[in-house]
Amino acid sequence: MKERGPVLTPTTETELSEAVASATGPLRIEGGGTRPVGRPVEGEVLSVGGLSGVELYEPGALTIVVRAGTPLAEVEAVLASENQRLPFEPMDHRVLLGTGGEPTIGGVVAANVSGPRRIQAGACRDSLIGVRFVDGTGTILKNGGRVMKNVTGYDLVKLLAGSRGTLGVLTEVAFKVLPATETQACVVIDGLGDLQAVEAMAVALGSPFEVTGAAHLPAGPEGVPLTMLRLEGFAASVAYRTGRLLDLLKPFGAVRAEVDPVQVGEAWLGIRDVLPFAGSADDVWRLSVRPTDAPGIAALTGGEVFYDWGGGLIWARVPQGTDLRARLGAYAGHATLVRASAETRARIAPFQPEPAPIAALSEGLRRKFDPRGILNPGLMAA
Amino acid sequence: MEMPVPDSEVLSRKPRIVARLQEVLPASAVIHDEAETRAYECDALTAYKCPPLAVVLPSSTEEVAAVLKVCHAEGVPVVPRGSGTSLAGGALPTADSVIVGVSRLNRVLETDYDNRIIRVQSGRTNLSVTGAVEQEDFFYAPDPSSQLACAIAGNIAMNSGGAHCLKYGVTTNNLLGVTMVTMEGEILEIGGAHLDAPGYDLLGVICGSEGQLGIVTEATLRILRKPEGARPVLMGFDSNEVAGACVSDIIKAGVLPVAIEFMDRPCIEATEAFAKAGYPMCEALLIVEVEGSPAEIDEQLGVILQIARRHNPVELREAQSEDEAKRIWLGRKSAFGAMGQINDYMCLDGTIPVSALPLVLRRIGEMSKDYGLDVANVFHAGDGNMHPLILFDANKPGDLEKCEAFGADILKLCVEVGGCLTGEHGVGIEKRDLMTAQFEPQDLEIQMKVKDVFDPEWLLNPAKVFPLAASASRREGAFAA
Repeated sequence: MKERGPVLTPTTETELSEAVASATGPLRIEGGGTRPVGRPVEGEVLSVGGLSGVELYEPGALTIVVRAGTPLAEVEAVLASENQRLPFEPMDHRVLLGTGGEPTIGGVVAANVSGPRRIQAGACRDSLIGVRFVDGTGTILKNGGRVMKNVTGYDLVKLLAGSRGTLGVLTEVAFKVLPATETQACVVIDGLGDLQAVEAMAVALGSPFEVTGAAHLPAGPEGVPLTMLRLEGFAASVAYRTGRLLDLLKPFGAVRAEVDPVQVGEAWLGIRDVLPFAGSADDVWRLSVRPTDAPGIAALTGGEVFYDWGGGLIWARVPQGTDLRARLGAYAGHATLVRASAETRARIAPFQPEPAPIAALSEGLRRKFDPRGILNPGLMAA
Repeated sequence: MEMPVPDSEVLSRKPRIVARLQEVLPASAVIHDEAETRAYECDALTAYKCPPLAVVLPSSTEEVAAVLKVCHAEGVPVVPRGSGTSLAGGALPTADSVIVGVSRLNRVLETDYDNRIIRVQSGRTNLSVTGAVEQEDFFYAPDPSSQLACAIAGNIAMNSGGAHCLKYGVTTNNLLGVTMVTMEGEILEIGGAHLDAPGYDLLGVICGSEGQLGIVTEATLRILRKPEGARPVLMGFDSNEVAGACVSDIIKAGVLPVAIEFMDRPCIEATEAFAKAGYPMCEALLIVEVEGSPAEIDEQLGVILQIARRHNPVELREAQSEDEAKRIWLGRKSAFGAMGQINDYMCLDGTIPVSALPLVLRRIGEMSKDYGLDVANVFHAGDGNMHPLILFDANKPGDLEKCEAFGADILKLCVEVGGCLTGEHGVGIEKRDLMTAQFEPQDLEIQMKVKDVFDPEWLLNPAKVFPLAASASRREGAFAA
């Protein structure tokens, strides 16, 4: 573990802005510190954890505004008290990365973290409706707001989501939330090959039955390939759709339903948090691809894989230090190195290098938002 | 509404600029005759008109790139145009600008049901995207009222919404990738059939940038399987407050209707006179639509009707047939046309927190008396996107100005209660000078810096979105170096 040195711990937006403005060197922006993804960053730690608490919650308007350092668990608990939730099902990286600490809502936004429901409910960026942040000069800025339909000016909300603290330090985030669902069920198929599984998931996702999760585990918990399709909603509706989906997927073989909501919940938590690859020392990559391309690309990884998002998301486990991009060659999509040693992350670009004209735009934006280059410098570098 | 003084030096070079455009495009794709350019003098914000220097109608991404290279070299402002249905003046030209219309870029390039995407050229109309996939029971979700005419290019520029975005989101939530040409004529591929950005979410900032960052020529869009069915209910209430409370209770109950539309008394009266949908005469009317199988619809409507009854509705009407469902939607869908029959009108689209609905409607009523202009309210109640229609007489001197001042006051009120100036129409020229009501100078500055990165010389749609005073130094070339 790197020596942390002194930590800046502002407790208000103004203090945070002053800390950035008066910084004389690079800053390492930290929420809960649970997601050390990207190039290792040298610099003084600027913790956002001191900016915590719910600013506004209107269940009847499906909106919540929270300070960026608020623990994710606290946000989820507040929403649950009104039977609502964040639609995008953010992954908890502690399981895969073996990290400690408390994930913050600002960290979720900074990394645009989503889970299995992303295919139906969108990513974190799709639920995010407003941000306040401090740019690299210490200026306090806002974009978006607290209403879910807003096209007033440029959408910097999307730009900040997933920018991992390199464009600004988030101080406040606003979301459109959704009602939590009454129950859930899972339609399961045993024994499918990867190609068939992706085909079955395409059939399910192309049905009118609102599948909110579609994953395939080639190894399966009991060594048998397992394809899982999740349905959520009111009990009667879930029962109806489960029945229809069972019928629809019969041609694929041994189809059955798992209707215990607790077991279904646990199974999808495992997919969300990449449980199959937890607790090993191998590198883990995350590939976003066109779903029907997935089996071919997965085969090229040479490692162990499983699929989420109907095939659109491949999780791949490969030996330490593997340059997976070199193995894959050209394909439509991108690969992120999520788990690897600091040494590997320094050697292999964790984020997909972009074509030159796009990289020039990204670099141009970074210089405008952080002209001194002090916010998480190099974290997303190619 | 003020527009920048056209650059006389650019105007004097018209023959050369036209000649260079003709070198890179077929003759039929360059319009420069003054009588013909007049067809492009405005969009759906017809109060403002100005014929452009020339209009080009390229047929490929490469032609768009060639045109932009010429315009960049000549230092000519470019105004991108989809179908010209903007209500905000997004496609309004200046006399020294070249309009780049994408109407000839209207092909479907790929439909892929397994991956639930369609790739189209950006001049294709919104409704014809759904038209291309509905034989397989799929659809493209964003449904702006102008969907029969409006182009995907304009939808992307304005991040258009529609009546069903409570459930399906707006354009940005359904857009996966674009081919975009920069002002310098470089062709960029951003996103595609896969999800999420590898680095910064450039697609997210391009969508809704009102044609100021580049010209989108192709788009990959998410398509969805149609639900098994949909059914609306109509509810009448004797006050706006009660209708607002009912909306809030429905949402809190965990039901997610696909649409919740709200109409106030002036709007009900006008649409009844025009469309005769048989609406009850009351203070506030809600149309709530849910989707699913017949049994699922029954279950959801059961919950909704139970909540509605608690609010003592003056009317509850559940559609028992396809025909009755159509009648319930008839008045809402004819609301704008009905208003147009009575009067000239200006349509606003500020968004407010749903909880502020009663207060905002009461204040609009008071302002209506002060200004002496009638106003009718149609409202996407689930997401807080208002559509006040201010009625005025374009032939009466001073009425337009009065209407604009009234509109500005309503939009400032939207911002005051925690909302925004525009929910789905865009800023264009219409709300450009109100931006300071919503944003601090530094919030506008950072947005303009984004444009500096994509279009350093500020040639793309330069007189839109930002207050003219705020963008003056950039438009006049101080930042060009």
